[in-house]
Amino acid sequence: MAHLPILQVILPLLAAPLCLFLKRPKLVWLFACVVTALTFTISVLLVQQVTSTGVISYELGGWAPPWGIEYRIDALNAFVIMVVSGLSAVVLLAARTSLENELSSNRQTYFYALYLLSLTGMLGILATGDAFNVFVFLEISSLSAYALIAMGKDRRALWASYQYLIMGTIGATFILIGIGLMYQMTGTLNMQDLAERLPEVAQTRTVFVSFAFVVVGVCLKLALFPLHLWLPNAYAYAPSIVTAMLAATSTKVAIYLLIRFTFTVFGLSFSFTTLPLNILFLVLGLLGVFVASTSAIYQQNVKHIFAYSSIAQVGYMIVGISVGTAAGLSASLMHIFNHALMKGALFLALAGVMYRLGNVQLKSFQGLGRQMPLTMAAIVVGGLSLIGVPLTVGFISKWYLVVAMIENGWWPVAILILFGSLLAIIYLWRVVEVAYFRAPNKDNESVKEAPLGILIPTWILVLANVYFGVDTRINVQIAQMAAENLFGVAP
Amino acid sequence: MWMLEIPPFVPFFIGAVIAAVTRGRLRGLVMVLIPVLSAIHLWTVPEGSHLQFAFLSYELIPYRVDKLSLMFGYVFHIAAFIAIIYALHVRDTVQQVAALMYAGSGLGAVFSGDLLSLFVFWELLAFTSVFLIWARRTQKAYTAGMRYLIIQVISGLLLLVGALFYAAENGTLAFGYIGLQGIAGWLIFIAFGIKCAFPFAHNWLTDAYPEATVTGTVFLSAFTSKVAVYSLARAYPGTELLIYIGAAMTCFPIFFAVIENDLRRVLAYSLINQVGFMVVGVGIGTALAINGAVSHAFNDVIFKGLLFMSMGAVLHMTGRINGSDLGGLYKTMPKTTILCIVGAASISAFPLFSGFVSKSMVMSAALENGHNWVWLMLLFASAGVFHHAGIKIPYFAFFAHDSGIRASDPPSNMLIAMFIAAALCVGIGVYPAALYSLLPYDTGYNPYDATHILAQTQLLFFSALAFVWLNLKNLYPPELRSTNIDVEWTYRRVLPAVWQGTVAMSQRVYGLFSQSVTRVFTLTTNYLAHKNAKISGLLSDKHPAGSMVLWVVVILASYLLLTFLQ
Repeated sequence: MAHLPILQVILPLLAAPLCLFLKRPKLVWLFACVVTALTFTISVLLVQQVTSTGVISYELGGWAPPWGIEYRIDALNAFVIMVVSGLSAVVLLAARTSLENELSSNRQTYFYALYLLSLTGMLGILATGDAFNVFVFLEISSLSAYALIAMGKDRRALWASYQYLIMGTIGATFILIGIGLMYQMTGTLNMQDLAERLPEVAQTRTVFVSFAFVVVGVCLKLALFPLHLWLPNAYAYAPSIVTAMLAATSTKVAIYLLIRFTFTVFGLSFSFTTLPLNILFLVLGLLGVFVASTSAIYQQNVKHIFAYSSIAQVGYMIVGISVGTAAGLSASLMHIFNHALMKGALFLALAGVMYRLGNVQLKSFQGLGRQMPLTMAAIVVGGLSLIGVPLTVGFISKWYLVVAMIENGWWPVAILILFGSLLAIIYLWRVVEVAYFRAPNKDNESVKEAPLGILIPTWILVLANVYFGVDTRINVQIAQMAAENLFGVAP
Repeated sequence: MWMLEIPPFVPFFIGAVIAAVTRGRLRGLVMVLIPVLSAIHLWTVPEGSHLQFAFLSYELIPYRVDKLSLMFGYVFHIAAFIAIIYALHVRDTVQQVAALMYAGSGLGAVFSGDLLSLFVFWELLAFTSVFLIWARRTQKAYTAGMRYLIIQVISGLLLLVGALFYAAENGTLAFGYIGLQGIAGWLIFIAFGIKCAFPFAHNWLTDAYPEATVTGTVFLSAFTSKVAVYSLARAYPGTELLIYIGAAMTCFPIFFAVIENDLRRVLAYSLINQVGFMVVGVGIGTALAINGAVSHAFNDVIFKGLLFMSMGAVLHMTGRINGSDLGGLYKTMPKTTILCIVGAASISAFPLFSGFVSKSMVMSAALENGHNWVWLMLLFASAGVFHHAGIKIPYFAFFAHDSGIRASDPPSNMLIAMFIAAALCVGIGVYPAALYSLLPYDTGYNPYDATHILAQTQLLFFSALAFVWLNLKNLYPPELRSTNIDVEWTYRRVLPAVWQGTVAMSQRVYGLFSQSVTRVFTLTTNYLAHKNAKISGLLSDKHPAGSMVLWVVVILASYLLLTFLQ
C-alpha cells in the first residue's frame, strides 16, 4: 500500500511496451483495459487514503526530498488522478469497437501502447512533487498525444497534429524555461521546497519572468483563450477515442498544473496580489466562454462544436480560479470532474456516430434521432449536463461557480456565466434539431444504432452524469476539501 | 394513506412512459386511469411535507401539501382527466406522451416546496408543452412553438438566477413568501410574470396557444398560467403592484379579443383577462381575495377548458376557426352549441354558473379594500368578457349568418369531456359550498345575496340588450357578413370616435412595432447568416501555426509587461 503513489505511474509505463509483444489487437485491448482498470483502482485507494490520513509523501528510490524526487499526493491531485484514470479506463472500453473502422489493425497495437504512455505522462504530472519531473512527464504525455492524433483517418489529422506539436512544444519549453529560472533563484526543484524559498526572492525580476513563462506555457496546454487555436482541429481529426480521452483528461491535467503552480509553488499572495492575475484570468476566461461558445454555434462539424465547447468550459474553470477564494477554486475543481464526465459521454457518443456514418458532419445527423435513439439520447443528456440543467453534474458546478461569484460580490460575472449557458443551449439545439426534426438523408437510411461496444461505455458516462448530479458526495466534498487544503496551506 | 411519499407527478410520468409504448385502447385506458387513481390518492394525503432530502447544502422539499397546493392539485387532476378524455381519439404518440408529461410537470410545480424543484418543473412545463404546439406539424406552429419555448426558457432562467440570489441572501431555498425585496425578489417576480402573461410579456400565449393542436390547446389552457398564478399566490400575496398589473390584464385583452377573428385566439385573450382577475386577487392579498383568486383559477381551468374544447370541436369538424368563415352551426352541432353556451355563461359569471361564485369574491375584496377604480376596471372587464367570450364566441361560431357548413357533432369522447366540464360548471355554480370547503381560508362568503345577483344580472342583461340592439341595427350592411371583424364594427358605432381612433391606432402601433421588431430580427439573422462564412472563418478556420505563435508571444509579452509594471 505504501507504494501506491508510484505504482499508478509505473503500471501503465511498463504495460506500454508489453503491448507491442501481444500483437493481436483484441488481446492488447483486453490487456490495456485491465491495466487502466487497475490504475483506476489504485487511484480510488489513493483518494481513500488521502481523505482519511492526509497527505502522502513518497520518496522515489528512498532518496529524501528535496534532493530526491518526491511523489506527493494530497486531496487535490488524488482527486484529479481519480478523474483522469477513471475516464481513461471507461473510454478505453470503447476503443476496440471504435477503432475497427478508424484504424487499420496492424497499427492498433501501437495505439494502445501510445494510449498507455500518454496516460503514464498525465498521471506522472499529477503525482509528482518535483517541478522538473513535471516537464519530463509533460513531454511523455504530449509526444504520445501527437502520435495518437496523427493516427486519425482524415489526412488533416497530420496537419492538426503538427500544429499541436509546435504549440505543445512551445508550451513545454516555456514551462521548462520557467522552471529553470526558478531553479536558478532557489537552487531547488522540489515543489514544497520551492514554495518555502520563493517568497525570499519573490520581488526579483527573474521570479516574475519565470512565473510569466510557466503561466503562459501552462495556459497554452490548457487552451485558454486566445491560446486555444490548436485545439479544435486536434480534437476534430484525431481518432474518436483519442478525442474522447484528450477532451476528458488532457486539459484537466493542465488546469491542475496551473492550480499547483499558482497556489502551491508561487503561493496565493504572490500570484494574486503581486500580479493582477485574477483580472487577467477573469477577462480571458470570460472571453474564452463567449468567443468559443459563439464559434461553436457556427461550426458544421459536430466534433468542432464540442471542441469549442471544451474551450468555453475551460473558460469557466479559469473564471473559478480567478476569484481567488476557496469557493471559486472548489467550483473549478468540481468542473474538472464534471466536465470530464460530460465531454467523455459526448465524444464517446460521437464515436458511435463516427462508427456508423464515417463522419460527424452536422448535416449527416439528419434523422439520427430515430435511427440511433440511444446514441442521440446520450448526446441530449450529455448536452443538458453541459448546459447545466438540474439533476446533471453540469448544474452542480455552475451552481457553485455562480454562488462563488455572488459571495465575492461579482454578480455581473454571475449573470454573464448564466448567459454563457444560453449560448450552450443554442449550439446544442442545432444538433438536436437536425437529429430529431429533419427527415433522414437518402444515403443514411440504413444506418442502425451504434454497436454495444461503444454504447455501453457511453451510457456508463451518461448515467454517471446523472448520478453525480444527484449524489454529490464525491465530486463536491473532495473538491471542497482540496480547495480548503490549498487555502489552508497558502500563506 | 397508501404510498404517501409518491408525489402526484410520478404517476403521470410513469403513465407517459406507458403511453409511449402502448397503442390503441390499452393506451386510452391507461391514460384515463392515471388521473383518476392519482386523484384518489391525492384525496387521502394529509397536509405536510412528505418528501425531503438534502441537496448540496440546502433542504429540498419536492412534495409539500397544504391547502393552497391541494386546491391546484385537485383542479389539475380534473383538467387532466377531462382533456385526456377529449383527446382519446388522437393517435399521435408524441401528443399523448407530451400531454401526460405536461400535466405531471404542472402538478410537480404546485407541490414543490422549494425553488429548485419549482425551477425543474417550471422548465419541464415549457419543454413538454411545446410538443403540443409542434404536433400541429405546420411551419407556423413550429415557429410559434419556438418563440414560445424561448420565452419560457428565459422565464425559467430568470427563476434560477433569482433562486441563486435568494439562496445567497437567505441561506435557504424554501418556497414561501418572497416579496419584492432585493434583486432576488424582482427576478423571481419577473420570471413568474412572464409565465403569468403580464402585459407586454403576454404575446407568447396569444401567439402559441391558437397554433397548437385541437387537443393540445385544451391542455395548454389549463396548466402553465395557473402554475404561475399559484406561484404568485404563494410568493407575492398582498403585493400592491399586482393589483394594477392584474387590472391592466383584465382590460387590455378585451380590445384585442374584440378585433380578433381566430376564435381560439379570442379565447387566448380572454384567458389573459381571466388570469388578470386572479392576479388582482393575489395582489389584494386578504383572505377573501386569495380565496377569490384561487377559486377563480379553479373555475377558469374548467370553463376555459370547456370553451377551448368547443372551439376545438368546431375546428376538428370543419377545419376552420375564423369567425368570418363560421356561422349557423347550431343546426348540425346542437350539442356542441349548448355545451359552448354553458361555458360562455360560466365565463360571463351568470348566476348559477361557476364563474359567478368566484369572480364576485375578487370584486368584493377590491371594494372592501378601497380599490374603487380597480373595481370599476374589473366591472368593465366583466362586461367585456361577456361580450367577447360570452356572446361573440357562440354567436359567430354557431349562429350569425349561415356559412353553409353542415358539420355534425364531434366524436363522443369529445362530447363526454365537454359534458363533464359543463356539469362541473353548473354544479359549482349551483352548489358553491363544495368549492368553498376546499379553499385555503374560511371566510363564510355567500355569493347568492340580493345585491350580487341583482348587480350581476343587470350588468349582463344590459350588455346583452346592447349587443342585440346593435346587432339588429347593423345586421343589414352587406359587408358585415364578409368582414372578419364585425364585432369591432359594432363597437365603433357605440363608442365615441376618439375611441375608434385609439383602438385602430393601438392596433396599428402594435402591428408596426411587432413588424419592425420582426424586420430587425430578420435583418440581423440574415446579416449574420450572410456573414456566417466570414465569422466562422474569423473565429475558427485553420490558423497557420505562425498566427498561433503570434498569440503566444502577445500573451507572454503582456504578462511580462504586467510584471514589469509592478
